[in-house]
Amino acid sequence: MTDAAPKPKRKNPVARTRLPTLPPASRSRAALGLARAAAEGRFEMQACADCGAVQYPPREVCGSCLSERLDWREVANGGALIATTTLRHSNDAYFRERLPWRVGTVKMDAGPSAVAHVHEDCQEASRVRLALKLDRSGQAVLHALPAEDTPNMNDSPQLRETHCDPKHRRVLVTDGRSTLGRAMVKASLDAGAATVFVGDPATWKADAGFDAFVASDPRIEPVALDVTDTDSVDRLAASIGAKVEILINTADHLRDGGVMHARDVGLARDAFDVNVLGLMRLAQAFGPTMCFRAADGTHGAVAWVNLLSIHALAALPARGAWSASKAAALSAALTLRAEFGGAGIRVMNVFPGPIDDEWEQLTPPPKLAPSAVAAAVVRGLRDGVEDLYVGDVAEELRARLRDNHKAVERELGG
Amino acid sequence: MSRRLAYDGVVAAMPVTVPYARYSTHAAHWWLGRALAALIRESGIAKADIDGVCVSSFTLGPDTAVGLMQHLGMSPRWLDHIPMGGASGVVALRRAARAVQAGDAEVIACIAGDTNHVDSFRHTVSQFSRFAQDAVYPYGAGGPNASFALLTDHYMRQYGATREDFGKLCVAQRDNALRNPHALMRKPLTLAQYLDARPITDPIHLFDCVMPCAGAEGFLVMTEERARALKLPGVRIRSTIERHNAYPDDPIQFRGGWAMDRDALYEHAGVSPADVDFIETYDDYPVINMLQFEDLGFCAKGEAPAFVREHGFTIDGSFPFNTSGGQLSVGQAGAAGGYLGLVQALRQLTNAAGAMQVADARIGLVSGFGMINYDRGLCSGAALLERGTA
Ligand SMILES: [Zn+2]
Repeated sequence: MTDAAPKPKRKNPVARTRLPTLPPASRSRAALGLARAAAEGRFEMQACADCGAVQYPPREVCGSCLSERLDWREVANGGALIATTTLRHSNDAYFRERLPWRVGTVKMDAGPSAVAHVHEDCQEASRVRLALKLDRSGQAVLHALPAEDTPNMNDSPQLRETHCDPKHRRVLVTDGRSTLGRAMVKASLDAGAATVFVGDPATWKADAGFDAFVASDPRIEPVALDVTDTDSVDRLAASIGAKVEILINTADHLRDGGVMHARDVGLARDAFDVNVLGLMRLAQAFGPTMCFRAADGTHGAVAWVNLLSIHALAALPARGAWSASKAAALSAALTLRAEFGGAGIRVMNVFPGPIDDEWEQLTPPPKLAPSAVAAAVVRGLRDGVEDLYVGDVAEELRARLRDNHKAVERELGG
Repeated sequence: MSRRLAYDGVVAAMPVTVPYARYSTHAAHWWLGRALAALIRESGIAKADIDGVCVSSFTLGPDTAVGLMQHLGMSPRWLDHIPMGGASGVVALRRAARAVQAGDAEVIACIAGDTNHVDSFRHTVSQFSRFAQDAVYPYGAGGPNASFALLTDHYMRQYGATREDFGKLCVAQRDNALRNPHALMRKPLTLAQYLDARPITDPIHLFDCVMPCAGAEGFLVMTEERARALKLPGVRIRSTIERHNAYPDDPIQFRGGWAMDRDALYEHAGVSPADVDFIETYDDYPVINMLQFEDLGFCAKGEAPAFVREHGFTIDGSFPFNTSGGQLSVGQAGAAGGYLGLVQALRQLTNAAGAMQVADARIGLVSGFGMINYDRGLCSGAALLERGTA
């Protein structure tokens, strides 16, 4: 049974901070199909469209019938653990810092044998489940997990390397005044966060509800944060930047209005100031310190979460300016992912459908409860995914985009 | 199946070793060049009379055998580059023998060698193959230790082999190495020391691992007539086999390609395992020796542990085995490790083994194994050799 992860000890202020190292990242292009599946928490391998043979490691042509028609498909993830070893030596610096390290051979029910990381609760010669996870280099790796969940199983040091669990970590929610922001704070606390810094963009505006919320849990620390004000962002980073292990950017500026018939670009400028430049200000102020602390102890900085929208991928003309800001935010987030990559910090982009809050009053159902979005984000952090589609509207729109993005343009425009 | 031609009229001769070094600042070209120079010097043949060359090396890049020919000033009319790791020696021998038989070349120099810089092992391991890069190296980067640990773990549980069994082989090899001036490991090893060694990658412990080093090995292949003219004692090739990616549906490796081709090997040679006077296996890890004992017909599958308990494996034991000390005690000089057993067998069959000589050795079996491309060794080969008459 896995030991529960202990709370991190207070850090010796003069001790050298361990610098982040990454596991081996080189992959063939075919193997990156595993990353696509792992990024969304799916278990996929190539299967031959002609003979059905499941392929692993990923191939260019079928190892059985030589067909080139290899499709990525969800395949059975069960298997038998037929050999294991515990590495006490490694050729790679990342693993050397994490020894001993257990790996094994799994004979998959789907056919192939796979070398995998092996969870400490897996018994020799037992049934296991395989999961595809993103490691610290952002590449997909196979983890063999016990056939049934075991107590504290997610606390194993090996799984923690792929997860971004808020447990025992300090979280910054950039805008805690919104309904979604509060839900995000609550979900983080429920997940065992050590501290949640709650950004307050309007300290000058009294809000008894917000004050009561902030007082509801001793782990909440309200902080002044206006993402449109560089000084405000910098001030906060100077004060708590070295304590933020997960940053969840909930700041948003959602307004109706298209492009051509707007009176001027005022609304668009406001949306971009919050959603795009706000993200950039946060990244410039908090990002470098998070990178430096990515390997700081057992609970270093791990994740940066952007609450985007499914309309970052498909413009909603009725909210054209806002959609454009979300699309721009997504683009900036992809750059941020590349920039955080060297430190192994995960950038998780969240694509919800319409959320049931004050700004979506007239949007017809189905709408997502803010608490449901927040719960999905925490689940996504625990599972270590990097792209998270939340709710039926988002999932459906994504499927429609994949099927025919031109149809989606016409449907959303109508 | 059509009957294979015998290797009539062709011999292997002139075993040479360029003494190994733990680390070297030289390039692979230096080691391979030294091996070729030794072949020329010791055989008395003119450099220009070597009209065929066969090369194996992991660290020759970005060059191949082609670039090496310009580097060494050679103009062969037959050239081969065999990237088969531990199977390279046997495969080079059979390729070269057929070329000489067919008249495509008269004298072929087979050379294998590698350098070893302080960081070159990690480099070789991380870039070893596409499947290794995609599906093995990211899992702890344990290199061959990890791959063989998995095979060993499975074999031990499946067939009841113990660490004592592996230890007996390693201790016998070290005993043999004490007589080998080229061995890097020249201190006696006891079973207790073997068992007390630190774990590297369970169940692999320190003395189950080869030491990567720099070095080179070589031999010549020519007609029997030519050997006689040069007054070189030649070794006849009774039979050879090779096989790649055998038994791909086995979930984990517990047998090698030898098992597919063993009957053909002995039938072609007209000998049986009982006729073999000594055996040189590919021994990058002890478990692979057991696979070879079984798959080459010395005992049934799963019975190697009992076989090991019954026999003695030193030069004067009941089953003389890895008489140079093998890679486990001599060191693993990259691709030269795939030549070590063959070169040693040529010494045994030409009375050049000195203190390592197996008395009255007439028939020797050499076996090769190489290339953990993903989860198992893909190349296997074996050759039955016989003392020549010259
Ligand atoms: Zn197929």
